[in-house]
Amino acid sequence: MKISVQREDFDLGLEVRNLSRESTSTGAVASFVGVVRDVPMVLEHYAGMTEREIARIVEEAKSRWQVMDCTVIHRHGELKPGDQIVLVAVASAHRGDAFAACEFVMDYLKTRAPFWKKEQRPEGARWVEARASDDDAAERWQDPVERGKRVG
Amino acid sequence: MKVKVLFFAGLREQLGTGFEEIELPSGVSTVAALRSHLQSRGGAYEKAFSEKALVRAAVNQDMVGQSARINAGDEVAFFPPVTGG
Repeated sequence: MKISVQREDFDLGLEVRNLSRESTSTGAVASFVGVVRDVPMVLEHYAGMTEREIARIVEEAKSRWQVMDCTVIHRHGELKPGDQIVLVAVASAHRGDAFAACEFVMDYLKTRAPFWKKEQRPEGARWVEARASDDDAAERWQDPVERGKRVG
Repeated sequence: MKVKVLFFAGLREQLGTGFEEIELPSGVSTVAALRSHLQSRGGAYEKAFSEKALVRAAVNQDMVGQSARINAGDEVAFFPPVTGG
């Protein structure tokens, strides 16, 4: 398991290759990359708690699905449109578990990990407000029936 | 008892500080009580910790509810709902 909160960019291909090497029984790697949209931003985080919270989310995913390995990288500091901001990659024996665990980690990361975005708009900087739809996305994992549904 | 109190993001800017060491009056032993204590300072604190304000809390880097207990030496953090990812 690798968790990194960093200023530097990351290489998806490299991270996925490193994951797959962990075990010969890995049959699937699902990955998600979040990209900065529209406006430049500065990302603040709570150093120490961020890493702990992400580790907790990954442990929760491991208790629900077969997860052989997982990498989570989240950037902080100044980012501009088009920059990669977050990576979640999950290795499993089969695709179902890899897809589900990857989406679960991402949904929980958005509502639990202590990051805050400040958009640098031409009319002035402003803190991004949390969205109720992000809470909905995380909450649906609490109901097994809802697990298959996707939130737009 | 003394605790370390951290503020993040918009809350930090509103209060003009990210860190304080606070000597708590006796009887202040929960997150909710600390929140009221901070609010009672008035000015920016009164607004930032009003009942309407969406403020989350963590004690020793664990996300907690308002009823969570605080002990001497704890690190208590207040922050707006998170917006990462």
